Amino acid sequence: MYAAFALFLALLGVAALFVLSGADFLAVTQLMVYVGGILVLLIFGIMLTRTPDKSNNSQTPNLVKISAKRQVWGILVSGSLFFVLLTTIFNATFTLNSVEPLNSRSTIRTLGVELMTSHLLPFEIAGILLLVALVGATYLAFNRNPS
Amino acid sequence: MQNVIPLYHFLIVAAALFSIGLAVVVTKRNTIGMLIGLELMLNAVNLNLVAFSRHDPVLLRGQLFALFVIVVAAAEVTVALAIILRVYHHYGSIDPDEMNQLKQ
Repeated sequence: MYAAFALFLALLGVAALFVLSGADFLAVTQLMVYVGGILVLLIFGIMLTRTPDKSNNSQTPNLVKISAKRQVWGILVSGSLFFVLLTTIFNATFTLNSVEPLNSRSTIRTLGVELMTSHLLPFEIAGILLLVALVGATYLAFNRNPS
Repeated sequence: MQNVIPLYHFLIVAAALFSIGLAVVVTKRNTIGMLIGLELMLNAVNLNLVAFSRHDPVLLRGQLFALFVIVVAAAEVTVALAIILRVYHHYGSIDPDEMNQLKQ
């Protein structure tokens, strides 16, 4: 539950960074899809799959050791990956166009024209994918043997 | 004239987000926690795409790709949560260590 609230703060921060880099439509999409949809789904999932508290159960003696090992390896691997990424970023030289000042023109027109002309096939495939995902999720979550 | 955030800062933040997401995916003993880590990693990739898309202000291909990434993430989360609900009804737990029926 705390992880969901932390994810909420992280998504808000990413949306703010989108705004600061001039992607206004993408920031609004991020807010609506993630905060409005995915986060609510995750919170419902957390509430529907509440596991009983097993802290005072003496039947699982090995669990602490396994989780400690997993935490050590996970933090080690991700920290080393972070330093590899940092060295890669600082050693890279990008040949970029000059950064134009952030104009007040909205990106919605460009995105819409591009989405409807040159990226029409991925757009349609994304629509089909969403339909298939919704139908599949409904079929999977359907309780087949009500008892 | 306003100051523009340099590209390196976006890349460093995205790398940190990706590493934190990977740590959450590996460390968590909860399938929904792993999904939250996955969302963090997808957000890091989106941040990179948008940061590079500022240097392509005519076509905005990075922002288009980030839009498709958001769509695929939404589809993935819905299907994953449906599977998690089925697993919870079957095993009574969502610990990925207890889903070991194929090993027995």
